Amino acid sequence: MIRTVDIEKSFGDTEVLKGITTEFYTGKPNLIIGASGAGKTVLLKLLIGLFKPTSGSVFYGDTDIFKLDDKELRKLRMQIGMLFQGNALFDSMTVGENIRFPMDMFTRRTLKEKTMRIDQCLEMVNMEGINNRYPSEVSGGMQKRVGIARAMVLEPKYLFCDEPNSGLDPQTSILIDELICDLTTRNNITTVINTHDMNSVMGIGDNIILMKDGRLVWQGDKSQVLESDNQTLEDFIFASPFLRRLREDALALRHQGDK
Amino acid sequence: MLIDTFLYHFGRYVLLLKSAVAKPKRFSMYYKETIRQMDAIGVGSVFIVILISMFIGMVTAVQFADQLGDSFIPSYYIGYIVRDITIIEMAPTITCLVLAGKVGSNLAAEIGGMRQKEHIDAMEIMGVNTAAYLIMPKIIAAVFVIPLLVAISAFISIIGGYVATVLPGTLSHTEYVLGLRAFFVPRYVFMMFVKAAVFAFLLTSVSCYLGYYVKGGSIELGEASTNAVVVSNVLILLFDFLIALILT
Repeated sequence: MIRTVDIEKSFGDTEVLKGITTEFYTGKPNLIIGASGAGKTVLLKLLIGLFKPTSGSVFYGDTDIFKLDDKELRKLRMQIGMLFQGNALFDSMTVGENIRFPMDMFTRRTLKEKTMRIDQCLEMVNMEGINNRYPSEVSGGMQKRVGIARAMVLEPKYLFCDEPNSGLDPQTSILIDELICDLTTRNNITTVINTHDMNSVMGIGDNIILMKDGRLVWQGDKSQVLESDNQTLEDFIFASPFLRRLREDALALRHQGDK
Repeated sequence: MLIDTFLYHFGRYVLLLKSAVAKPKRFSMYYKETIRQMDAIGVGSVFIVILISMFIGMVTAVQFADQLGDSFIPSYYIGYIVRDITIIEMAPTITCLVLAGKVGSNLAAEIGGMRQKEHIDAMEIMGVNTAAYLIMPKIIAAVFVIPLLVAISAFISIIGGYVATVLPGTLSHTEYVLGLRAFFVPRYVFMMFVKAAVFAFLLTSVSCYLGYYVKGGSIELGEASTNAVVVSNVLILLFDFLIALILT
């Protein structure tokens, strides 16, 4: 489990995060949602220690990551996998070499063992047989899967995904969501996903954190979204008239069922 | 204001180098990267170094021959002057100024591009010491390879001087070789290698620093690449002067 305690972050005079205290649970996808500029990415980068907070703490279990020195932080990071919004695949390396990179850096596995693990990871994301292709030679959705395979190669305890669905069509987005959700539950890892994709919220949102103007304004799961009377949540999730109508229909159906 | 900026960058540069000096987690990865950089910096620059060195030698010889004119100075001095100017100044300084343009801008753009594409963040999150993995192999490769390029440059410049003066008949083969062998001071060769190693360190570390901390988009990346060349060149000339003060 990851816990944040009263996190504040400012860039110059601009306060970006204001007193974020929350928990991210193990074994279920934790979603950070909010409009652009709400502070989601800053929070995510704080969680992985890329930014330091102005005040407050981030605990991985009982360890406050901002009290670790560089060496200890690097050791902790070996337990972290990250899927970047732009994938961050090394474009001069093949897909296989990308996935092998963390193993080359941190393990003493033989080439045969590494190759087996690469195949295993690619199979896990349904991307068998593309080891020798370069990232530029595969589609955006496939790149996301390769990114997930690379993030999972060292069997991390924590998985962070920054906008995993950005730039993907709705069908591929759902597949990526299902894949992340499946990996999270199967491997019992703590997954934090930064998204503003409504399909993700309603599909895999077991712990949703809504942010607005740097504050945490609502926390709950997908089943609570429909019933919530939080205006910010309502405005954010059911932004279009179509979605509002859909929500009213769904609530009406639910009430009918209750009767 | 200018001093503030200088101190800010100098402090950050020193801290970056400090974190780059770390025991490699997996030696073979760093070794492979160093060899790759040696190839890119060394083999990739041989042609341009040979080309400019040839012209430097030719121009030095032709101009000195013209200066001598009908004076009482013996003509074999042309070989002597070409040799010493080449070894003391032209080979290390001009070669490194050219390499600052070729290698320095390339390193700043390469590392800056990695920063912008979040490759550096990705490595950091994997637990890689990016300063050590991305910067140290480049510095080690340059400090080994650039003195060799400078030695090649000195050799080719001397050949250039020969081509420009002996072949047209300005002086004879014997006179040129006599000049090359006259008043030889071995310390100058040592000075050439010291300069080459110092300049190599400066141009790679400064370029890597500017690329590593690049922010923004393609315009900022272009600026970082240009600044890498400008700052490296200024530092090379400054240290050229300091080394000359210390070693002469």
